[in-house]
Amino acid sequence: MKFRRYPTQDHPLSRIALSLIAIGVVTLFLVLPLATVFTEALRKGLGVAWEALDDPDARAAVRLTLITAAIAVPLNAVFGVAASWAIAKFDFKGKQFLTTLIDLPFSISPVVSGLIYVLIFGLQGWFGESLREANVKIIFAVPGIVLATIFITFPFVARELIPLMEDQGRDEEEAATSLGASGWDTFMRVTLPNIRWGLLYGVLLCNARAMGEFGAVSVVSGHIRGLTNTMPLHVEVLYNDYQFVGAFAVASLLALLALVTLVLKSLLEWRFADDIAATHRH
Amino acid sequence: MSAAGFRFRNPSALPGFGLSLGFTVFYLSVIVLIPIAALIVRPWEIGFSGFWNVISDPRVLAALRLSFGGAAIAAVINAVTGPIVAWVLVRYNFPGKRLLDALIDLPFALPTAVAGIALSQLYSANGWVGEPLSHLGIRIAYTPIGVIIALTFIGLPFVVRTLQPVLNDLSRDPEEAAATLGANRWQTITRVVLPSLMPALLTGATLAFARAVGEYGSVIFIAGNLPTVSEIAPLLIVIKLEQYDYAGAAAIGVVMLAASFAVILALNLLQNWIGKRR
Amino acid sequence: MNKFALALAALATLTAANAGSVTLLNVSYDPTRELYKDINAAFAKDWKAKTGDTVTIKQSHAGSGAQARAVIDGLDADVVTLALAYDIDAISQKAKLLPADWQKRLPENSTPYTSTYVFLVRKGNPWKIHDWSDLVKPGIQVITPNPKTSGGARWAYLAAWAYALKQPGGNPDKAKAFVQALYKHVPVLDTGARGATTTFVQRGIGDVQLTWENEAYLALKEYGADKFEIVYPKLSILAEPPVALLDKNVDRHGMRKAADAYLRFLYTKEGQEIEAKNFYRPRDPAVLKAFAKQFPSLPMVTVDEVFGGWQKAQATHFADGGVFDQIYKPGR
Repeated sequence: MKFRRYPTQDHPLSRIALSLIAIGVVTLFLVLPLATVFTEALRKGLGVAWEALDDPDARAAVRLTLITAAIAVPLNAVFGVAASWAIAKFDFKGKQFLTTLIDLPFSISPVVSGLIYVLIFGLQGWFGESLREANVKIIFAVPGIVLATIFITFPFVARELIPLMEDQGRDEEEAATSLGASGWDTFMRVTLPNIRWGLLYGVLLCNARAMGEFGAVSVVSGHIRGLTNTMPLHVEVLYNDYQFVGAFAVASLLALLALVTLVLKSLLEWRFADDIAATHRH
Repeated sequence: MSAAGFRFRNPSALPGFGLSLGFTVFYLSVIVLIPIAALIVRPWEIGFSGFWNVISDPRVLAALRLSFGGAAIAAVINAVTGPIVAWVLVRYNFPGKRLLDALIDLPFALPTAVAGIALSQLYSANGWVGEPLSHLGIRIAYTPIGVIIALTFIGLPFVVRTLQPVLNDLSRDPEEAAATLGANRWQTITRVVLPSLMPALLTGATLAFARAVGEYGSVIFIAGNLPTVSEIAPLLIVIKLEQYDYAGAAAIGVVMLAASFAVILALNLLQNWIGKRR
Repeated sequence: MNKFALALAALATLTAANAGSVTLLNVSYDPTRELYKDINAAFAKDWKAKTGDTVTIKQSHAGSGAQARAVIDGLDADVVTLALAYDIDAISQKAKLLPADWQKRLPENSTPYTSTYVFLVRKGNPWKIHDWSDLVKPGIQVITPNPKTSGGARWAYLAAWAYALKQPGGNPDKAKAFVQALYKHVPVLDTGARGATTTFVQRGIGDVQLTWENEAYLALKEYGADKFEIVYPKLSILAEPPVALLDKNVDRHGMRKAADAYLRFLYTKEGQEIEAKNFYRPRDPAVLKAFAKQFPSLPMVTVDEVFGGWQKAQATHFADGGVFDQIYKPGR
C-alpha cells in the first residue's frame, strides 16, 4: 500500500523513529532525574514533604527567590530586546565581538561569577572598606544575590531573540518607517508581535534559570538561614541536614514552578493560536 | 559596501540604533565587563611566572582538558539530539507532547546541585539506569562519562530552545517547492531545512558548550573528582580558593575565560559567515 | 520600578533585624548544624533568664575553609566556630578581625569540645577492618573527602600519617608511602564531609568511611544502627574544632558581651552536656565520664606534637605542591 503524503510531511517510519529518539533522550536525561526528585520527595508521604515547605526558613527562601527573579528577569528582558534590536537590525563593526561578549556569562563558571563580585565588593576587594564604612551591604546580602543572578541570566533573552530577529530580517520595519511610522510605533506594532513568542521563551528560560541558580549565589550568599538562603541553597541546607525528603520537596517545588510557567506558555499559545499562525505566515 | 573604507556602521532606514546600542553597551559594561575586569587584573599580582606556574601544572592542564573536552563532546551530542527533539516538538502531534515540551527547561530550573544529586543517584551502580549498565560492565557515575552525562543534561535546553522558535517561524513554502521540484524528503531536509536552521543550531550548540565548560554544581556529585582523572577545572578554582590563593584561582578563571571566549567568537563568526552565504 | 522598592524593603528588613533585639551571627562548618540548633535554644533561655533580653542566633553552615573565606571577604559574623585553627588563623592574618593570639583567650585552646576520627563500616564489618593498616588491603575501597576542600578530611589524612609514623621503624618516608597507598584506595574524592557520607551511605560505594566520630554517630542515628557500625582504630587524632569571637565585628555591632557569653556558655555544664548529646567529646571530665560509654578512650595524637602546629602541617602537606599533591602526581 502506498502512502499519500503531503510533500512536507515526513515518512511515517521516520516520524516514529524520530519521535522515539526524542522521547528516549528526554526520558533518559530529563524525565528520570525529575522522577527521582519527586520519588525522593514523596518517600515519606505528602505530609512530611509539606512540612518541609511550611517551615519559616523555607518560606523565607521562597520569598527571596521570588524577589530575586522579579528584579533580574525584567532587567534582562529589557536588555535582551535592546541588544537584539541593535544587533539584528543594523550592520556595524564589531558586531560579532559584541555578540560574543553577551554570551560570556554563560561560559564563566558559576563559581567565578560569584567570585568576581567578591573581588569587587568584598572586604578585601575594590570597594569593600568604603561600603562597610557607609554601612551598605552588597555581598552576603540581598543585593549581591540579585547581582549574581542578573549576571548568570544575562544572555538568555538576548540570545533567544538575536537569531530570531536576524532570521526575520528588517524589511517589515523598513516598510513601516518608510510609511511614516515612528520608531516606537514600528517596534510596538511590527517587531514586538513578530518576536513575542521568542521573547516569551527567553523570559521563561531566564526566569527558570534565575530561580534555579546555585553556584554563583552560593558564593555571595553567606548561607545565613532565613535571611540570605535562596531556594536552591535551602535545598542544599536540608540535604546536608540529612533531611532528604525536605530537600527534594523544595527541589520539586522549583521544578513545579518551571512546569507551571511552561503550562502557562502552552495555554497562551493555544488561546492565541490564530495570532501565531498569522505571524508565521509572513 | 566594504569598499567604503572604515565606517562604524552601514546606513540604515531604521531608527533607534544609538539608543539600543548605547543601552546594550552600558548594561553590558556594568553587569559583565567591569566585574570581569576585576577577575582579569587579579592573577598578575603573582607575576607572569607565577601565572604560568599555576596554569602549566599538569593537574591543571588535565582538568582543563576534561572541562573543555567534556563540554565539546556534550555539545556535539546535544547538536545531534537537540534538533531531533525540537523537530518532533514543532512538527509532530502526539499525546503528552506539551508535557515533553515543558520538561525541556528542567535543567535550567532544577538547581544544579539537585541535578547532580539526582543524576548520580540515577547513574550510580545502584541506580535505575546505572544498575543495568553495571551488569554490562559499564560504569558511568564517578568516571569521566559521568561528567559528560551531567554536561549533556545542562546543555540540552540551549539547543532545543534556540531551535524551536526558528523552526516555528520557518515557512513551509521552500520545502514544498523542493518537493515539487522532485527532491526527496531527505534531500529537502538536508539541503533546505537544515541550512536555515544552521545559525540557530550553531548558536545553541555554542551556548551549550559555553555553559558546560564552567559547570560546577551538577558535575562534582557525579564526577568522582580524582585528580588528573575526573577533576574538572572549576573544582580546581574552588580548591585554590580554599587555600586563600585568590590569584591562583583567578589565573585558572582567566584561562577558562580566554579559551571559551575564543571558541564562542570563532563559532559566532562561523555562524555569521553561514548566515551571509545563505 | 516597584521591584526596586521591593528590593529596598528587603534590604531595610535585613538591617532592621539588628536593631530591635539582640542578634548574633554564628558562622560555622558543616557537621555542627544539629549541635548549634540545641546550643542556641539553650543559650537564648539562659540569656533571657540572666539579662531579660531576647537573643536570636543566626546560623550559617558550609565547608570550614569556605566559611573562613566568606568572613575574610566581609560576611559579618560575630563568632566563628570552625573545624580547625588554621581557618581562624587565616581570618586573623588576612582580615585582622581578631588578634593573632586568639586561641589563648578561651580555656582549652579555645576548643570547648573535641572529636576524633573513626571508621564507619557496613554492618557486621564484612572486611574485618580494625585498624589503619587494614585500609590498604587489596580490594578495600575507602571513602574520605578531599583534604584540599574539606577541613575535616585534613584531620583524617593527618591521623593516617601519624599512625604510620608511630609504627615500629616509622619515618616520614614510610608515612608518605602509607598515605599514598591509602589514597589509591579512594574511588571518589567528595568536596565535603556530608557529601562523602552520602556517597558511602546512599550510593553504597566503598567499604569503609573515614569520618568524624560525631558524624559517624549521626549517620547511625539517621540511617539506622542496623546498617552500619563504628570501628575505633588503635590510634587516632585529637580533633580540636576551635571557637572565637571576631573583635572588630562585635565591637562595631556592640555585641561583645553577648558574643563572649555565648562562647563561654559552651564551657558550662549545660553546654558540655548538649555537646556530648550531639556526640562531641566534652572537655569537662565529669560530663565525659557520664557519657563514657559513647566515647571509648583511645590513644590520640595532637597536631601540635606530631606536626608542629597547623601552620606547618598546612604548608608541608596541603599547600600547592605539598605532600598531598605529590601523592597524586600523574604517571605513578
